[in-house]
Amino acid sequence: MAEFTLPANSRVGKGKTVKAEGATNTKAFHVYRWNPDDGENPRMDTFEVDMDTCGPMVLDALIKIKNEMDPTLTFRRSCREGVCGSCAMNIDGENTLACTKAIGDGKNVSITPLPSREVVKDLVPDLTDFYAQYASIKPWMQTQSVTPERERLQSREDREKLDGLYECILCACCSTSCPSYWWNGDKYLGPAILLQSYRWLIDSRDEATGERLDDLEDPFRLYRCHTIMNCANACPKGLNPAKAINEIKMMMVERRS
Amino acid sequence: MSNVSQDMKTPLAKVRGLGSAKDGTHHFIMQRVTAIANIPLTVFFVVSMIGNAGKGHADWVAWLQQPLVAVLMLLFVANFTHHMRLGVQVVIEDYIHKPGTKFSLLLLNSFGCIFIAALMAFSILRVAFGG
Repeated sequence: MAEFTLPANSRVGKGKTVKAEGATNTKAFHVYRWNPDDGENPRMDTFEVDMDTCGPMVLDALIKIKNEMDPTLTFRRSCREGVCGSCAMNIDGENTLACTKAIGDGKNVSITPLPSREVVKDLVPDLTDFYAQYASIKPWMQTQSVTPERERLQSREDREKLDGLYECILCACCSTSCPSYWWNGDKYLGPAILLQSYRWLIDSRDEATGERLDDLEDPFRLYRCHTIMNCANACPKGLNPAKAINEIKMMMVERRS
Repeated sequence: MSNVSQDMKTPLAKVRGLGSAKDGTHHFIMQRVTAIANIPLTVFFVVSMIGNAGKGHADWVAWLQQPLVAVLMLLFVANFTHHMRLGVQVVIEDYIHKPGTKFSLLLLNSFGCIFIAALMAFSILRVAFGG
């Protein structure tokens, strides 16, 4: 049965509160903390951040907390401009990128790791299976024809079909917002990986469309998508994985008729 | 030991699992075909129920003994239970992960839906043929 409650050792308790000494304009950041080495349950720490000396994005606040208040706070980040996908996390109930998410006007900001994945530490989720699922779809061009001496040509119209797909940065915001992926993430490929699949299925230069569809035609790998659309809501790049998945289903129907 | 070997599988081996079932599209198509067929059949059923509301037993029997009505009612029952079976199957597959429980419930779903369909079809035919 799908689990609707957290196991006892995952229940989140109240943690410490760190105040911003001497600051007048503060905002409280409630941050999920869990250390695999101390044997304790997870907790929500509160950091009161001086907003007069903090940048505008949630990632700015996290970096400020780590630099000035608690150096043990652990999170992934790299490009700080929405390109690498490293800082994907759940902010105020929505999966998004901390670097492109502006700190809201409210008094509090709540930050937890991406849901449904095991936690490595604090805000770092274990995405091992997610990356294995990506590898399983063979995300590279597959051809049978003799390799041409120059680049493989593609019409402008065919190139345009990749728009809305190639921009995916594999941050996993969409997959970890999908209830189907929560319940069946071991067998369902999830919206991000299926969007990536469609990126290769629709590429006019690829010659393995049939084999790719064969690999996807499965009640769990593809058809666990029930068009819930959380993926499209969550995507920080504004993409629509549900539409891509629907296109794959249409290709499945088309090759039967 | 089986648990140990399971744990030592690579992530890619776990994801690739037993491979694709090469199935699911027929289920997907039939869910939609039965859903489309349900629209006119449900309209017919609801309109008929409202139209016949308040009438006596003899009127209801006379209504169901009309050939077109009996056929449409049989189609409604067959299509509705088929759609129900497909839908409940998805719910079971979504939420039940223990293999024994899952397969038992899938069997129960199939048998239950077919039994309901047979029972309703028999009832319609019995009245239609004046039994």
